[in-house]
Parts: sequence; structure tokens; C-alpha cells
Amino acid sequence: MNPEKVVFGFFIVLALTLNFGFFVGEIDNPDHHHAWELFFVVVVNMIATVLKFGDRTQMGAVLLATSLVAMLQLLAASLIWTIAAHATETGLTPSIMASIVSLSGGAMIANVVSVVLLVIETVLLRR
Amino acid sequence: MDTIFFLVLRRMRTPLLTLIVVYAIAMAGLALIPAQDADGQPTAMSLFHAFYFVSYMSTTIGFGELPNAFTDAQRIWVSLSVFFTVAVWIYAIGNLITLLQDSTLQRAIAERRFRTLVRRLGVPFYLVCGYGQTGSALVRGLMERHIQSVVIDVDPERISLLQLDNQREYVPALCADARSPQALEAAGLKHPLCRGVVALTNVNEANLKIAIAAKLLHPEVKVICRADSHEVEANMASFGTDHIYDPFDAFASYIAFSIQSPCQTLLIDWLSGRGGEELDEPRYPPRQGRWVICGYGRFGKAMYKHLKARGFELSVIEAEPHKTGIPTEGVVHGRGTEAVTLEQARIRQAVGLVAGTDQDADNLSIIMTALALNPDLFVIARENHIQNQELFDRVGAQAIMNPSTIIAHRIRMRLITPLLSDLSRLARLQRDEAWASQLISRIIALVDGRKPYVWEVSLDTMQAPAIQDATRRGQTITLGTLLRDPLERERTLPAIPLLLIQGEERRPLPALKAPIGPGDRLLFCGREEARWRMDWVLCNIHALRYVIDGESRREGPAWRWLAAWQSRLRGV
Repeated sequence: MNPEKVVFGFFIVLALTLNFGFFVGEIDNPDHHHAWELFFVVVVNMIATVLKFGDRTQMGAVLLATSLVAMLQLLAASLIWTIAAHATETGLTPSIMASIVSLSGGAMIANVVSVVLLVIETVLLRR
Repeated sequence: MDTIFFLVLRRMRTPLLTLIVVYAIAMAGLALIPAQDADGQPTAMSLFHAFYFVSYMSTTIGFGELPNAFTDAQRIWVSLSVFFTVAVWIYAIGNLITLLQDSTLQRAIAERRFRTLVRRLGVPFYLVCGYGQTGSALVRGLMERHIQSVVIDVDPERISLLQLDNQREYVPALCADARSPQALEAAGLKHPLCRGVVALTNVNEANLKIAIAAKLLHPEVKVICRADSHEVEANMASFGTDHIYDPFDAFASYIAFSIQSPCQTLLIDWLSGRGGEELDEPRYPPRQGRWVICGYGRFGKAMYKHLKARGFELSVIEAEPHKTGIPTEGVVHGRGTEAVTLEQARIRQAVGLVAGTDQDADNLSIIMTALALNPDLFVIARENHIQNQELFDRVGAQAIMNPSTIIAHRIRMRLITPLLSDLSRLARLQRDEAWASQLISRIIALVDGRKPYVWEVSLDTMQAPAIQDATRRGQTITLGTLLRDPLERERTLPAIPLLLIQGEERRPLPALKAPIGPGDRLLFCGREEARWRMDWVLCNIHALRYVIDGESRREGPAWRWLAAWQSRLRGV
């Protein structure tokens, strides 16, 4: 058992599960999506991305790419949230909430791809 | 590129992770701790405000408490967070600085820079492996003729020496083991402009490996090697190494040849030396008698073989004959540094002495003792280290054999003026001593006590566009035309044409009436300024026209058309 692989797998799967936790619920209902969840999703995704740095294999490169995509979407989501909540008069309207959640949905797909790739690698490796 | 990028990413992983975690905890704490607004009402800090505050907290401590004044609970948390975030920043930056000083990374960066430099080279170059005595002499010699070289050496000290040397032109150098094909490739072995690979390391096996790699990776490239043993030499020759130089054999055959034909030797010495140096006195080794050879190693054996072939009587002195083998005449046991052993070898009746051990101190001592016993000796000294040059100059040896200089000299000649090797071979086979001594007197008259400058001219579009242009218009150009001074056509340039190659035909000392045309190759010797003047005739159509018929006409297409139009007007 390689402890590095444990940590790596842990963070990738945690990123996916947290992302899912934020994503579920009515898409435009602010009560169903919590700011703290988004915060943790971003933090865990960042950690997962940095963990993928410096892996020279082809798989490592693709994993890094998916993580970068997820980060991009999540940062866009949190940016929209921050601007809507603090910089506009209207606050968090249902339509803005819907776009935040859909962005996080996109990030979730990237995270799913990450996990699928991880599973494929594990199956191929057989050791 | 890849290596550096991944190295940095990999090493920065832990610091970045620590930064993220510490920032996340600081933000979470700030957002969780109850706060109060301007009126003292309890409220909570949003995650956005927490992010904002933490972002500037560690970098600009004392910016103030925003958006509202803090509660004491918040202040406790912030003071803790300040210490942690600052510590993490110091850790991350320190890590980055350590990484930049890391020798692996620095080597990777140096190699990358070297690769880029070599890839961008726009001129033909030679790849020199090994920057020892031979390599540095060769690189300097090539640079004098503005020929680019690229250097690999395994010793970092020599590479920094090269960079400190303050060369006239930039020589890209890499510290790497030339035995690895990657290093050779980085140094441009596969580069289309790579003209040749010169393997000059002091390890025979390394030279062999370089030759093999060069022949496999870039078959068209010229490979020149140094080999100190006949086995390695035969091995190199077996897969088509172009030129192999064995310094001991080269020098021994040179001495043997100079005994046979001193004038030809002197001639080739002058021509292959550096132009502009003082002419040296001819040496006349004795033509018969007894030679004493001290040291029966590689050099001693080579001298023995060549002197034996000339029919000399020989005595050999060797300290460890069981290791080196014993010649048919037998051997005097000893080092030759003592008078007794020299007497035993009958030094008083000898005409020549070869001090050929691999210890410079021994060689010097042998020469001094022997000259005390017999001051008329012709002395050949083997100099192993170039630092001892001054001592050898003073000891009174007529010929000094330094392996590195000999090899560097031969290779330089081979690379810069390949036609000179042709000439010396032709002279050796077809011409006699009288021919050589006549040519020597012509050169003396021409160059005024200095060694002549030797250069080659190929009549192609690159080197001689004017000649190309003139022959295309149907003019015949003779060798005499080239040798006229473009400033004053009645004068002849101070140069002698040594060799003319037309197709398969090689003509030494061609006549001035000989017609020349595109594709011909010429070898000249003379004063250096003659070469620059001749370049005018080769490249400039006006200069060429002037030396042909003494007129300066309008030569550009538009001007020619105008001239034709004018003459037509005049005709009407």
C-alpha cells in the first residue's frame, strides 16, 4: 500500500462527494446550497490539484487537466456568488443561484472524470 | 524544458499544500467566530470578507480591522493566524529559493540553455569532445579562422575555464559525459550544420564510443579521433572513422620523414604552421649512426620502428623491460637518467638521443646527462605536460614531441586547409627535394621572414560570385587574373598558388596561364593581406572587370541597359 496513493485517492473522491453535496437540491433555491459547502469544495479541489503536480505520466497529465477544469468552474461559481451577495443590490436571486449551481455541476463532471480515470488506472495497474 | 518544469512543480507541492490548508483554516475560523457590526449588534463575517482579510493579513499586518472592528475573540484568532500564515509564506519562499540553488535544477537549466544555443547555430560547426590540452589548442586554432566549435567535457573545471578564457567568439560548452548519446545529441550531433565530430578525450574507450555514436546517429558527419593504441585504432577504422590520429606514431613517422627529406619537411612545417610567426631554422637530423632510445613505451616503440626502417643502429634503455617487451637488439636495464646506463648504451658513439619516458623530470634529466657526455647529440624529447614547455625549450633538444600539440596541429590543418594534406601527399609521392627547396626560396622571398598564411578558395557561388557571373557571360578567367592587385592591376599579389584541383585532376604549383572556372578549388600561400585583396576580385564584379581589362564599366543590369541605349543613340 502506497500512502501517497491513499492521500491522493482520498482528496479526489472527497472533492467529488463535497461537490455533489453542494450540487443536490433545487437548482434555484438558495436554501438548498450552502456557502460553507462551496468553500470546502474549493479548498479540497485546490489540494487535489496541487497533489497532481509533478506527475510525469500521461495519466497524471490528464488528471491535472481535469482538476484544472474543475478549479476554473468552481472559482467562477464562487466569484459570481461573492459579486451577487456583496457587490450588487439585488443579492442572491434564484437565477443567479441557478447559474452558480450549474457551474458547480460542470465542476462535478470534471471531478467524475477524475475519479473514473483514477479507477481505470487502478484496474490497469493490478498490483 | 520538461525536466525543469516537473522538477519545480514536484518540489513546490508540499509548500503549496501547506499554504492552502493554513489559509483555509484561517478563513474558516474568521467566518465562524461571532462578530459585531458598527452598532455593536452580533453578526457573522461572511466567507468573502474572511478571504479578503486573510489575503492581506499576513502580507500587510496592521492594515486595520475590516469591515467592522473586531471582537476580542476574533483578535485572538487573527493573532494566531498571523504567525502561522507568515511562517508558511517564509517556508514556501525559502523552498523556492533552495530549489533554484539546487544543483540538479541548475544543471538542467544549463543543459537547456546549451541545447537552445546549439539548435540556433546558423553556421557550420565542429563538435569537440574533450577540452584538455589538445581540445583547447584545437578550439583556439579553429577560432582564429572563424570556425565555430561546440565543446563537451566531463570536467566542470575545464568548462568554466573555457568560459573564463575570454574567447573572441562564443563557444557553447556543456559539462557532460560525451560517452552518452544524449549529451552528443544535445551538442548538435544531429544538427544539419554539424560538419564533424572530433573525439579528443584522454580515454581511448571514450573516443571509441563517441566515434561509434557519431557514425550511427549521423552517418554523413566527418569523425576524427585520437587513439593511443593500435587496437583501438583498428577498431575505429573498422566502422569507417574518417581520420584517426596516434600522436606517437605521427611524430615518429614525421621524424623519420624529416631525416629522409628535410626540405619537404620544412616546407610542410611552414605551410601548416600559423601564418605570421617567425620562420624557424631548418633542422637536419643525422642521416646515419647510432641512436639511443630511452623508454620503450608507446613513443619509444614508434620511434624504434621508424628509425629501424631507416637502417639506423639502435640501443634501447628501459627500466621495466618485462612490462614493455624487449627489442631484438636487447635492452639496457635502467632509466637512462644515470651516466652509467647511458655509457652502457654507448652514448659517446651515438648521433641521436630519444628521451621518451612518460615522466617529464626523467626526460629532462636524461637529456642533461647525455649532453654532458656527448654534446653533439641530436636530441628528441617527449614532453608530457605543456606546463613544462619552458624547461624543454632551454634543455637543448632539437625536436620536442608533445602529443597534444601534435594532434591539435594535425586536426586543425585537416579541418581548415584539407587541400594542404593533399599537397603534402602529392609532394611526397611525386616531387623531390630540389622542388621543395626551390619553393622554399620563393616563399622566403615573398613573406619576409614570417611564416606564410595559407588559405583555400573554392570557386562557388558562396565564395566567388563574381567569377561565377563572369563565366556565365562567357569570359575565360586565368589564375593570373586572380593574382592581380585590384587596386593597381600591374602589381601582382604577394601569394603563390600551391595547388589547383579541377575535377579529378590535381596540379601542384599550377601555371598562371591556367584557365579556371566554377567548381575549381585552389590552395594559396602568401601574405595575409593578399587574401583580403583577392576576396575583392572573387566577390566584386567591378574589381574583377578591372583586373581583367583595366576598365571600370557600368555593370548593373539597369546601367548596362542605359549604356546600350546611349550607344544606340550615338549610332543614330
